[in-house]
Amino acid sequence: MGDAMATLHTRSAARLMIAPSVLLLLAWMIVPLALTIYFSLLRYNLLMPGMEEFAGLTNYTYFLTDPAFFQAVFNTLAIVLGVLFITVVGGIGLALLLDQPMFGQGIVRILVIAPFLIMPTVAALVWKNMFMNPVNGLFAWLAKLVGLQPFDFLANAPLFSIILIVAWQWLPFATLILLTALQSLDEEQKEAAQMDGAGALSRFIYLVLPHLSRAITVVILIQTIFLLSVFAEILVTTNGGPGTQSTTLTFLVYAQALLQFDVGGASAGGIIAVILANIVAFFLMRMIGKTLEA
Amino acid sequence: MGSITLKNVSKVFGAHAVIPSIDLDINDGEFVVFVGPSGCGKSTLLRLIAGLEDVSDGAIVIDGKNATELPPAKRGLSMVFQSYALYPHMSVRANIAFPLKMAGEDKAVIDKKVEDAARVLNLTDYLDRKPRQLSGGQRQRVAIGRAIVRQPEAFLFDEPLSNLDAALRVNMRLEISQLHQQLKTTMVYVTHDQVEAMTMADKIVVLNRGRIEQVGSPLELYHRPDNLFVAGFIGSPKMNFISGGPAASHQAHTIGVRPEHLVLSKDHGMWQGTVGVAEHLGSDTFLHVNADGIGTMTARVSGDFAVTHGDRVFLTPDPQRLHRFDEKGLAIR
Amino acid sequence: MARNVSTQRKLVTTVLAWTIGILIFFPILWTFLTSFKTEAQAIASPPAFLFFDWTTENYFEVQSRSDYFKHFMNSVVVSFGSTLLGLLIAIPSAWAMAFSPTKRTKDVLMWMLSTKMMPPVGVLVPMYLIFRNTGLLDTRSGLVMVLTLINLPIIIWMLYTYFKEIPGEILEAARMDGASLAKEIIYVLTPMAIPGIASTLLLNIILAWNEAFWTLNLSAAKAAPLTAFIASYSSPEGLFYAKLSAASTMAIAPILILGWFSQKQLVRGLTFGAVK
Repeated sequence: MGDAMATLHTRSAARLMIAPSVLLLLAWMIVPLALTIYFSLLRYNLLMPGMEEFAGLTNYTYFLTDPAFFQAVFNTLAIVLGVLFITVVGGIGLALLLDQPMFGQGIVRILVIAPFLIMPTVAALVWKNMFMNPVNGLFAWLAKLVGLQPFDFLANAPLFSIILIVAWQWLPFATLILLTALQSLDEEQKEAAQMDGAGALSRFIYLVLPHLSRAITVVILIQTIFLLSVFAEILVTTNGGPGTQSTTLTFLVYAQALLQFDVGGASAGGIIAVILANIVAFFLMRMIGKTLEA
Repeated sequence: MGSITLKNVSKVFGAHAVIPSIDLDINDGEFVVFVGPSGCGKSTLLRLIAGLEDVSDGAIVIDGKNATELPPAKRGLSMVFQSYALYPHMSVRANIAFPLKMAGEDKAVIDKKVEDAARVLNLTDYLDRKPRQLSGGQRQRVAIGRAIVRQPEAFLFDEPLSNLDAALRVNMRLEISQLHQQLKTTMVYVTHDQVEAMTMADKIVVLNRGRIEQVGSPLELYHRPDNLFVAGFIGSPKMNFISGGPAASHQAHTIGVRPEHLVLSKDHGMWQGTVGVAEHLGSDTFLHVNADGIGTMTARVSGDFAVTHGDRVFLTPDPQRLHRFDEKGLAIR
Repeated sequence: MARNVSTQRKLVTTVLAWTIGILIFFPILWTFLTSFKTEAQAIASPPAFLFFDWTTENYFEVQSRSDYFKHFMNSVVVSFGSTLLGLLIAIPSAWAMAFSPTKRTKDVLMWMLSTKMMPPVGVLVPMYLIFRNTGLLDTRSGLVMVLTLINLPIIIWMLYTYFKEIPGEILEAARMDGASLAKEIIYVLTPMAIPGIASTLLLNIILAWNEAFWTLNLSAAKAAPLTAFIASYSSPEGLFYAKLSAASTMAIAPILILGWFSQKQLVRGLTFGAVK
């Protein structure tokens, strides 16, 4: 009762105070997006200034019929889903482990958090050179140690390697959120379930997992936002290659814009990326809306 | 001085009229209690007086001046909240000093007023503690201290005792009453507890569904309830209501008898019944009697009246203290 | 009911958890160790773990060759600047949404969050052109502006969830005590929300420090923060593992230390205020 302070004065003050954020974000959303739409309808290359002309939907047909486009959509989804899968499953496992009594829990937690604090360019470069390099990497040394042929990760399994690197960066995030949620599970509930004769597995399925659903939703929401635009990790490792094997939608548009200077084509690609992201967002928001209301 | 007048005040949330329309006069120096079941609009009414909510219609006059449009800070009122609403990051001293600081008072003046308030409220030793280091009763006193330093026109209390345990509640009740006698400032006090209302008030305002059911002194309400609602709400244990035959014989739709106005006997009386549960308080005993053809009635008898579960007893209402109500629930006088 | 956990079980958990923790941390540890090796030792096989000739020359070389401190300052200015600016804009908004909600508040919040769903490439081209034409390209202020905008929804969301935990009655008490709205926010709300604000601050500094789309695309030599400074090591120079490691260590150390020292706020902040 009475949380909503409702006088005319406070309400108008509230409107005034929310205005800067709303206006800034509105401008941020509308101005560049409108420009992107405008550019996407032009033949416009930065290398040929002054040659802009209206091109209708040519840029879109060009982009949508490019085989690289489908590869990029697939790669983007593969990265999002692959990383989500690894981090959610791994995160639940790690959270359950860290929730147990142990010696030096604080230190283990510090170790586990660390990858989240590492900038993507550093993470990618370290993995690329010092671990996945087929000549000097640690993995190559380990392979030779057990008598196997070193594997050139980034050349032969570029997408998988990138998923691995990104998952390493995001695993701490998932773990910490799930651990926090786990710790808020009422101890008495667990004991009641124990008294009711529920074994460890059924306690996990009927008690722990439902309790974690909200946290899992948050993990999926926030990670998806960031994973849809994974960029630096690709830029410094594979550069989208070999061929287009590890090119995502983000990277494809980047290459079109800042490597080929094709503003029109890149803008069309950007709009397509926005539309696809909105489709994902639509489903995500519905899911989140339901869970967060509860 | 601290008189408050509500003229035709109403409050509507969306399509729902929490308070349809209320007129009320609160005299200077009076201790007025708003009492009623939860959701009756008593807290909303207090918040309207405070200025924390806008009235939908009507006017609020404080000390002869129209305060309807004034922000809370300009109304010259202090409020003690249910949760105490102490500033957790400030010491007790800073909490009590806050309203003075906001009013731009001199540092020396602030210090003196805070010390004075602390002395009155027995808080001198705790001035440098944080609220979380205090007991419930001490927090309550800090909240009151914060309210009195400003020397307001009137104090508003929103269920201030509901977070305290029973023993402390009785204590604080007394302290607030004493404070009122000392300061002689108008106090408006909201509670759902009719015992608090009866023990503290000069004037009780009984509210139900956003309407005033009756206004009067505690004893007026006890002796002459205007309607069934007030009759049932004031007094503990609740008044017994009987309709049908026994009521018709008194030319009423419903008659009411307070438990303390029923005379019990083991051998003769008006109505007969079987003792269900007997609650022994020591001085008194509350008997729940299943009266034949009438239903369960509560009777308050002396502690030495010896009956147990299953005994047959006779009940007789004191005819002088019988309340009669018509079919609309209004008192017949 | 007392929970009796046998010491044996606790030991097993400890060993398991430590093993996994060290494995997860290993790439960072390895980078740190390698930064003190000579280039020859860095690629030696079998690799040297601790027994090598420790040297700090890589650090000096990285500083002299690519001017680490300039990029470090760029990172500091950009991440702190954008976060503080964001907080300044977000605190009033979050106050409004938490304490004076309307029917549309939830929708506004969702909409704000949904602006984060817009892939940055969707607006890369116009942003690049706008920045180029207004001279914001490769400037710190340009980066501060963009990072403020992209992190604003997160800042507002986090502050909103923290503010929601503060009972409205306390703010009403301040109002009764004669505080104006500004004073209510400055003297009562902000100090009470310090832990939440600290978490928000910390998390957003980390996000801004590590942001690697806009910083890579909108900066060049002058304003490049550490993300871009490191990216330059992806060229064949990167084969110099020891120097790459030294540069990497210098790029991540500030935020790693900050994060570890304020672990409590970090953990709180990491959940974006969404999980308790």
